Amino acid sequence: MAVALETRNLQREFGALRATDNVSFRLERGARHALIGPNGAGKTTFINLLTGVLTPTAGSIYLDGVDITRTKREQRVHKGLARTFQINQLFAALTPLETIGLAVSERMGGGRDWWRPTGSKREIVDEVVEIAERFHLVDELELKTSTLAYGKQRLLEIAVAFACRPRVLLLDEPAAGVPEGDRHEILAAVASLPRDVSVLLIEHDMDLVFSFAERISVLVNGALFKEGSVDEIAADPEVKAVYLGEGDDD
Amino acid sequence: MTATEETAMTIGLAAEPASAGHHPAPATAARVVAALKRRRRWRPLEAVFWAATLASVLLLPSKHLILNEIAILGLFALSLDLILGFAGVISLGHAAFFGVGAYCAGLVATHGITEPLAGLAAAAALTALLGWATSYLVLRGTDLTRLMVTMGIALILGELANQMAWLTGGADGLQGIMMGPVAGWFEFDLFGTTAYAYSLSVLFVLFLAARRITNSPFGLSLLSIRDNPLRAAAVGVPVNGRLVQVYTLAAAYAGVAGALLAQTTQFVSVDVLEFHRSADVMLILIIGGTGYLYGGLVGAVLFKLLQDMLAGFTPQYWHFWIGIFLIALVLVGRERMVGGVAAAVRRLARRT
Ligand SMILES: Nc1ncnc2c1ncn2[C@@H]1O[C@H](COP(=O)(O)OP(=O)(O)OP(=O)(O)O)[C@@H](O)[C@H]1O
Ligand SMILES: [Mg+2]
Repeated sequence: MAVALETRNLQREFGALRATDNVSFRLERGARHALIGPNGAGKTTFINLLTGVLTPTAGSIYLDGVDITRTKREQRVHKGLARTFQINQLFAALTPLETIGLAVSERMGGGRDWWRPTGSKREIVDEVVEIAERFHLVDELELKTSTLAYGKQRLLEIAVAFACRPRVLLLDEPAAGVPEGDRHEILAAVASLPRDVSVLLIEHDMDLVFSFAERISVLVNGALFKEGSVDEIAADPEVKAVYLGEGDDD
Repeated sequence: MTATEETAMTIGLAAEPASAGHHPAPATAARVVAALKRRRRWRPLEAVFWAATLASVLLLPSKHLILNEIAILGLFALSLDLILGFAGVISLGHAAFFGVGAYCAGLVATHGITEPLAGLAAAAALTALLGWATSYLVLRGTDLTRLMVTMGIALILGELANQMAWLTGGADGLQGIMMGPVAGWFEFDLFGTTAYAYSLSVLFVLFLAARRITNSPFGLSLLSIRDNPLRAAAVGVPVNGRLVQVYTLAAAYAGVAGALLAQTTQFVSVDVLEFHRSADVMLILIIGGTGYLYGGLVGAVLFKLLQDMLAGFTPQYWHFWIGIFLIALVLVGRERMVGGVAAAVRRLARRT
């Protein structure tokens, strides 16, 4: 199978702390891959390196075989790499309509347009509505994002990343903090992502991990500790010891 | 059956509900388009505002000099609103562009090109260039470094203007500016009528352009940067590039405002680059409110009226009162203050 995203010997230090330790990782095209690990293992840091929020101190990153280690953040998005954030990063004063519309229009190069009124391109509007339907945000389209229920904000996190039409989608704990009763909407949204999108999912909820993922990588203290199929990881005594043994916290 | 499909089944969903070729509900699309149109439609209050400014040209001939000053301040504050209100870039040195625009227009005139519109164009071009060049210094870093850098640039330019007396007239100011008629037709007069009509027209045209630009996809991307630059970059917005563009635009707007002042008062003093100009324009924008385009204009009217009124009964203490007003504004909050006034007006209206 072709590799969608790859890192070679990726490394990042914060002072004396090595948050990403020599990580060589492959995400296959069309993958349903989970990245798990205890709190502070460096999962979010890894996503930040992949997306260019942080620069690595050593190592390299390849998207579809192309070196993107030094590529600007927005360029990585245009090349097909999108993400969600563990802690909501939305536009508080904008509506989901504007938020999703922004992502779609930027993808089409619309943001360079100083003179055309927003909403005057029908194909953008149609796509926004289609995405809103997919993520159950139709009724919320015109509400200010800061007023949305938390669960809806989590959905918008995924929706806006999806609107970038990524080939690789990185989900950083999409259901984090969502009350039990509202989780199913998030899980359904994640489960129904199109198969041609390669997905890397970070998650603490083992039920979600096991139902979604086909492969699992385990990160401990910044380094890749184990990788294997769901069954292999579930049965691995070492993984149980370092991670599952700690119980399903947050 | 894969685990994924199983999950999808248990929550009652096909694995891919919205596949390619799916057409969204047209009703929703129509609703969305209507909502976006509604957002940028002209509101009655806007029409009232511009009708009132037009009426002031015809009905308040004795006030044209001060109204001209207000229009110029309004344009200057609108320029600050473009970066602060729409893109979240704070500046305490916006007078740099105002001052350079003023000197540029003044010098164009003293060098024999007396057509005001040509002076405006020159000032806009020069300040846009200056804005573009300095944007790279300003846009890196945090709010605090931005305050420092913008202030520093304005201070440097102010000192340069002071020292280069051979060009700028130094502390004596740039004198001998003779302006031709606007567009070869409208002569400036002693009462400031042409001046006011000219400044107001320029303000209106630039306001229309700003309104159009802020309602464009480019404008939307600025709002996203203001709200959350981290996410903006994560959806593909080139944050720095966009900020460079809007900073350049705002610089040109401020340059035009300065040029209008030079042309309509036929004088440029070093005061155009002084710190209090930058502070005043910030004050004006804060009084009127950021991010809806009218804040600078409303603020300029209130600022000048307050200044006039307060200076009338306690000339020395005008800054004292404006300070009190500012603190009250921040503590009480504009919404509540405006809301309180509006409620009082409604109560009065009901009683009569
Ligand atoms: N910007 C930063 N500066 C300094 N240290 C950081 C920074 N970001 C992360 N760290 C540290 O790096 C380590 C890894 O953090 P990271 O957020 O990547 O963990 P994580 O696996 O995502 O944890 P969680 O499951 O709690 O989200 C932690 O010890 C954290 O304190
Ligand atoms: Mg994390």
